[in-house]
Amino acid sequence: MWRDAVLVAGKDLRIEARSRVATNQVAPFALLVLILFAFALDVDRGVLTKAAAGLYWVAVLFSALLAVQRSSAIEAADGARDQLRLSGLDPAGIFLGKVAAVAVQLLLLEVLLGVGVVVLYDASLRGVWLVVPTCIAATAGLAAAGTLYGSLAAGITVRETLLPLLLLPVAAPVLLAATKAWQAALDGTPADGAPWLRLLGVFAVVYLTFGVLAFGSLLEES
Amino acid sequence: MSASTPRRRAVPRRGVTALGLAALAASVAAIVQGLVVMGPTENQGEYSRLLVVHPPLATVAYVAFGVTALASVLYLVPRTRRPSWDRLAGASAEIGVVFTALTLVTGSIWGHSTWGVWWTWDARLTAEALLLALFLGYLALRRVPAEEGVRARRCAIAALIAVLDVPVVHYATSWWRTLHQGSTISLTRPDKHLDAAHGVGLLLGFVAMTLIYAWLLIRRYRLEGLESRYEHEGLTLALDARRAEGGLAPAGPAPAADPVGALSPSGSLTRGPA
Repeated sequence: MWRDAVLVAGKDLRIEARSRVATNQVAPFALLVLILFAFALDVDRGVLTKAAAGLYWVAVLFSALLAVQRSSAIEAADGARDQLRLSGLDPAGIFLGKVAAVAVQLLLLEVLLGVGVVVLYDASLRGVWLVVPTCIAATAGLAAAGTLYGSLAAGITVRETLLPLLLLPVAAPVLLAATKAWQAALDGTPADGAPWLRLLGVFAVVYLTFGVLAFGSLLEES
Repeated sequence: MSASTPRRRAVPRRGVTALGLAALAASVAAIVQGLVVMGPTENQGEYSRLLVVHPPLATVAYVAFGVTALASVLYLVPRTRRPSWDRLAGASAEIGVVFTALTLVTGSIWGHSTWGVWWTWDARLTAEALLLALFLGYLALRRVPAEEGVRARRCAIAALIAVLDVPVVHYATSWWRTLHQGSTISLTRPDKHLDAAHGVGLLLGFVAMTLIYAWLLIRRYRLEGLESRYEHEGLTLALDARRAEGGLAPAGPAPAADPVGALSPSGSLTRGPA
């Protein structure tokens, strides 16, 4: 399973590295969202600095949607899905590999957005021991739930409009918990963030486990 | 439940009619109790009558989503996989969504009288709104045209993803809000403000909503079955209709003419004159 996961993750990341969709489209989009928030909220009154944690995670969530859509689009083209099914790889491994590839892209994007928040919103990143695990747990959860829904919506003509409707409500608790944990870290009261971090961990474990169990039955369909 | 025997009616037609009549009677009793027998309370005045509608709606909506989850699991387990579980899951989710929407509407009216606002970011309200969004997504996925087995499997997994999210949403929203304010007043726990008339009203409301749910579920489940058979047999029927126009004999088994589009005794699905 783990070997298959590494293979699939490597394949997806190589495709991304060569096609440059993540770097040329998703990353600029994420930064654009940060800039648009500054237009929507008043820059002078410090609203942006106060709301930095929430805005950061909304930007991450929107970018995650694009990343997931991209990840499932790779399999939709040229009958790649059928070949993946015929390859004999463990479905759980395929799932974990796709999750890992999305998660790696998202983590890189989060670093970029973190720099963006510090530079553009004048937020001071404190409590690194809380910020980093929050990012990892939230990303694992988002990538797992996203990959599941991405495969559910694969091959459907209305995929672009259906996926946000499916994924955003499921990801809403991640947005809430990650924002609260970050807020606690930025406010310098990291103890408040611990239960939120645990909730993110539970979310990630639940969806990773469910995906490992259910992905096979998603893949077997025609 | 009739789900395990797709071709035979577990609940006969008369039983369904009786269930519908019982639901109607219970609704009338609940309305009379709520509007005539129950008086306005000290704290909430006339709005306390919403007690008959609001808590039962919310509870039955949860039951409906529970049925969807259970039917989805049964569909996914290969040993119990039958198309009827998928139909049951879809029928129950549809009713659940309607009941959840009605819960939010009645709660909003009640909230406006007690809190002075139509909406407040209370934990329960937020969780309920997210629940509605989760299952609206599920219903949207059900509408997507696909091969029946594929769609059923996708929908079963989507239902389970949504249901798994419910406890997380619950904890997240309650931690989010209880840090700032107390939780919603407990509407279902009988306390000293709840007199006997209100207790009876609440009970009648529960009975009425449960019966309405059961009646709608059976009706919707059967409709889903008819729709799926129409999908399968519709093309043959249309071809036969065209053939009949040209004075040719039908290619398949001849369906009996049935203007209301119900199942004929021979078991084939028929539609009105084309």
